[in-house]
Amino acid sequence: MSQADTDTADQAQTPPQAAAIATGDAAPAETPAPLRETPLHSLHVTRGGRMVPFAGYDMPVQYADGIIAEHNHVRADAGLFDVSHMGQAFLVGADHETVARALETLVPGDIVNLAPGRQRYTQLTDAAGGILDDLMVTRSADPDEDGVLLLVVNAATKDADYAHLAEKLPAGVRLLRADHRALIAVQGPAAVRAVGRHCPEAVALTFMSAITTRFDGIDCHISRSGYTGEDGYEISCKATRVRAIVERLLSEPTVRLIGLGARDSLRLEAGLCLYGHDIDTTTSPIEAALTWSIAKRRREEGGFPGAERIQRELREGVTRLRVGIKPDGRAPAREGTEIRSADGAPIGKVTSGGFGPSVNGPISMGYVAKDFAAPGTAVQLIVREKPLPAQTVALPFVPHRYAR
Amino acid sequence: MSTRYTKDHEWIRLDGDVATVGITEHAQEQLGDIVYVELPEIGRKVDKGGEAAVVESVKAASDVYSPASGEVVAINDALGATPGTINEEAEGKGWFFRLKLSSPAELNELMSAEQYKEFLATLE
Repeated sequence: MSQADTDTADQAQTPPQAAAIATGDAAPAETPAPLRETPLHSLHVTRGGRMVPFAGYDMPVQYADGIIAEHNHVRADAGLFDVSHMGQAFLVGADHETVARALETLVPGDIVNLAPGRQRYTQLTDAAGGILDDLMVTRSADPDEDGVLLLVVNAATKDADYAHLAEKLPAGVRLLRADHRALIAVQGPAAVRAVGRHCPEAVALTFMSAITTRFDGIDCHISRSGYTGEDGYEISCKATRVRAIVERLLSEPTVRLIGLGARDSLRLEAGLCLYGHDIDTTTSPIEAALTWSIAKRRREEGGFPGAERIQRELREGVTRLRVGIKPDGRAPAREGTEIRSADGAPIGKVTSGGFGPSVNGPISMGYVAKDFAAPGTAVQLIVREKPLPAQTVALPFVPHRYAR
Repeated sequence: MSTRYTKDHEWIRLDGDVATVGITEHAQEQLGDIVYVELPEIGRKVDKGGEAAVVESVKAASDVYSPASGEVVAINDALGATPGTINEEAEGKGWFFRLKLSSPAELNELMSAEQYKEFLATLE
């Protein structure tokens, strides 16, 4: 047996399950760059992580329990994810207004009105209205840090993002890479209790809020956010201190390490986009159904790259839209699968697809022509040349359980 | 007759003139949680080394090749509802299909359990 070519995903961007069932005759890679390691690499290896290349890093796709058990553990208790491969950087300027105005020239999100200690999801757009990356922006809660924004960007795009930011930012606003920092996520209904025991201040945070605080005396930055659809936290700290925090968390009976495989199935069930798959430079935020992330003021004022297209799409509508797709049967429809209308006309493509453990069945998302985007529309998925019946559905597949 | 193995990590076990086919313990371990299988239709003729089934884990789909030529005479329907059986018992209850072999001598070209074990050692 061998991995079928249904998974067309770029290895640099997707956690390749160990599926290239070591056939022994795999083509030698073209002198790949050595994989980078996060500060938790040896911990992953010691604790049974199955390491795979992901976005240039050697990362755990799963541990001994396997993806389904890890996924279910996050939904039932709490999971700990190493996301230190992601890019963390600070934007620093004279005051919030200065930094926020500068960033707003590059993203369609409302940054100026971001309150201290609040976090927002937005995108770096290009002049054509495509998406260069999606990112989290947090305004420091600390009054002494007025004029500081923390950015968290994708691992595979971070170097390009930083170059883009450095080139476009005005002289008074500096980009400071925080490569010396680690980032972990603790996700699931038991996260609040597990984290709260070591950082009582974290309990009172609401979704998309952040504080600078201490975790058992270790300086860190904690936000109530994540990418699984569950309640939980992301904790940023110095790389040298992250192991101590992780070991404290893993001593909590409810917390287990979770690999990238379950991270992917969790975010897919939560209907969240994976950059390079569900969104890229060919998709606009409106087509990607991310309109909610663009505040009214920005929609009206524009002033970000690609505003012309994005404002036109807001006015006149789009020709295609990102939707959820639920196959009627059991066969997963993976990235690249062609979507056809019930009468066989090509209407789009799957951009992420697989098995949803909480749904207990196959789930996909992708783009379909606007007329087929309404939930409940019957479509066909062309899997191994056979049309399989499916329906468009509203996202998410599994309701979010954020602490609002 | 003992079980024979392919370099693509399928096993085949002959009983009379019908052989049972599945994927190996090593294969299921590498794949991780299996969530779907597509089995051949009964009556289909398959060639040695030809695509005969598909197995999908949470993350990826893989082709399963027939270790020998013949006609499919039975399939493991139970896998439709419980594909995880392959993870639990890849070389037993997790079998995929049964073949009436067209040339049983083909099995001599495959590896014995001992040879397969040595082969796996070369992959590490």
